[in-house]
Amino acid sequence: MSESLMDLTLHELSELMRARKISSLEVMQAKLARLKEREPQIHAYIRWDEKAAIEEARQRDNVQDHQGSLWGLPIANKDIICVEGVETSCASKILSGYIPPYNATVVERLRGEGAILFGNTNMDEFAMGSSTETSHFGVTRNPWDLTRTPGGSSGGSAAAVAGGLAIAALGTDTGGSIRQPAALCGCVGLKPTYGRVSRYGLIAFASSLDQIGPITQDVEDAALLLEILAGHDSKDSTSLKVEVPRYREHLKKGIRDMKLGLPKEYFISGLDPQVKVAIDEAIKVYTNLGVEVVECQLPYTEYAVATYYVLATAQASSNLARYDGVQYGYRAPNFSNLVDMYFETRSLGFGPEVKRRIILGTYALSSGYYDAYYLKAQKMRTLIRQDFEEAFKKCDAILTPTSPSCAFKIGERMNDPLTMYLSDIFTISANLAGIPGISIPCGFSKEGLPVGLQILGKHFDEATLLRTAYAFEQATDHHKRKPVVR
Amino acid sequence: MKVEMNIDDVAKLARLKLSAEEREKFSSQMSDILSYVQKLNAVDTTHVQAADHVEAVQNVTRPDEVKPSLDPDSFLKHAPLGRDQFFIVPQVIE
Repeated sequence: MSESLMDLTLHELSELMRARKISSLEVMQAKLARLKEREPQIHAYIRWDEKAAIEEARQRDNVQDHQGSLWGLPIANKDIICVEGVETSCASKILSGYIPPYNATVVERLRGEGAILFGNTNMDEFAMGSSTETSHFGVTRNPWDLTRTPGGSSGGSAAAVAGGLAIAALGTDTGGSIRQPAALCGCVGLKPTYGRVSRYGLIAFASSLDQIGPITQDVEDAALLLEILAGHDSKDSTSLKVEVPRYREHLKKGIRDMKLGLPKEYFISGLDPQVKVAIDEAIKVYTNLGVEVVECQLPYTEYAVATYYVLATAQASSNLARYDGVQYGYRAPNFSNLVDMYFETRSLGFGPEVKRRIILGTYALSSGYYDAYYLKAQKMRTLIRQDFEEAFKKCDAILTPTSPSCAFKIGERMNDPLTMYLSDIFTISANLAGIPGISIPCGFSKEGLPVGLQILGKHFDEATLLRTAYAFEQATDHHKRKPVVR
Repeated sequence: MKVEMNIDDVAKLARLKLSAEEREKFSSQMSDILSYVQKLNAVDTTHVQAADHVEAVQNVTRPDEVKPSLDPDSFLKHAPLGRDQFFIVPQVIE
């Protein structure tokens, strides 16, 4: 394996850049070399513009005064976040040719710190999936084992970070789409509190659940990026005016004073024994660090997946109604009239999983079924949220496995949507409750596949999450292990 | 409890044409998923309030100021067909 600048973290590279020991162009060239070497096997990206990237890197290098903490460093973007002038397709045929005329707020914020948005990563179509297999552009492979999926829907971002094809990347999380692929690829993935990060310029899947967050190589990078991404934005009325702490300053405060909760509902029979072993080890690490670990209860956990698949599909069916061949991207070539154009465009433009969810969501919202499905699920959501409020009276944060299993084989779950949906069982509740969650590497299976530990926190308390995650990372070296990509 | 959905009606509402193969596959998958969702009925939610935003956000307003907006032509760049600040669609009125 070749040594590369791509194996360094954002905070390490940022320091080298500030000291003028490296240039943006050198980082960019390292990235392009890695892409040449590994992208054909992993297929983490849908598209990138080599010329534009080199040009931007040169421009950064020509500025004498480095402004911003990400000066000249490339960040990979998920193909669902709008960058002006860059085709953004949500890995769907229906958005082929969609070139956003504006930037997402997160893109503006990263550029404000001098970052270079480089490449759009692969994902499940419209972020609907847990394996990055529903992409119109083909599957992404897990760098730890190329016969396995990287998880999803932000599988391209996680595979890029794990495989040394990105220093850090953006992801989005509606039911676990940052945390689950981060776990399956051995990265750090942070889903912020709902309302913490602006969704302006994020193509909507389920608007009451979607959040943007970072996928990184270590916890310090996650803290660094969240500081930049977080904060109120007048262009997103669901983003909240809550002060953004200097997360990096909180990292080293230690965790001796903390209480961590273990919800017994998350240690169920369907949990892979190898995941269980790694999580038990992680709990021991915390105990050795002097933390008090207590049992807690989240009794409505078993209803989370059913609740989620009603709410998420209903909101998706509404959000995706706009793709009809008029304003965006693709229009079917043959049709008999206007209404037929809608039918043809949508039938040819959407893939099977998206159609499945649109149908389910349309049904849940249709006349006569709304109360039984959508309203019922909104009430369940209240109960799930109250579960966490109760649990957080007894502890500062909650520890769980991120995913019930390690990375699964490509194709293994594609014919059984319900089993695929159940693979999000541990991540979904956080979206329903609106609370933040982080996944960090906490061990490996016998086959050498990463296991993720999830830490869930109180609303807007990402500082405690990051501090808890950082203490674990300092005490272990799982995050330093890199895959051998062949 | 097994739950069936009239998939043709729902697909029509969703403006989707399904192939014979999709129709058959989705029907049985929908039935599995909806049957799974029935487990929510085990919980009595009569007195539970439906959730909305996780924080109590109400009536988000902003000052009513005139600001420049994007050039209309920039929106036509991502449309399948457009001209002179309009999206072009098939004839609507005969």
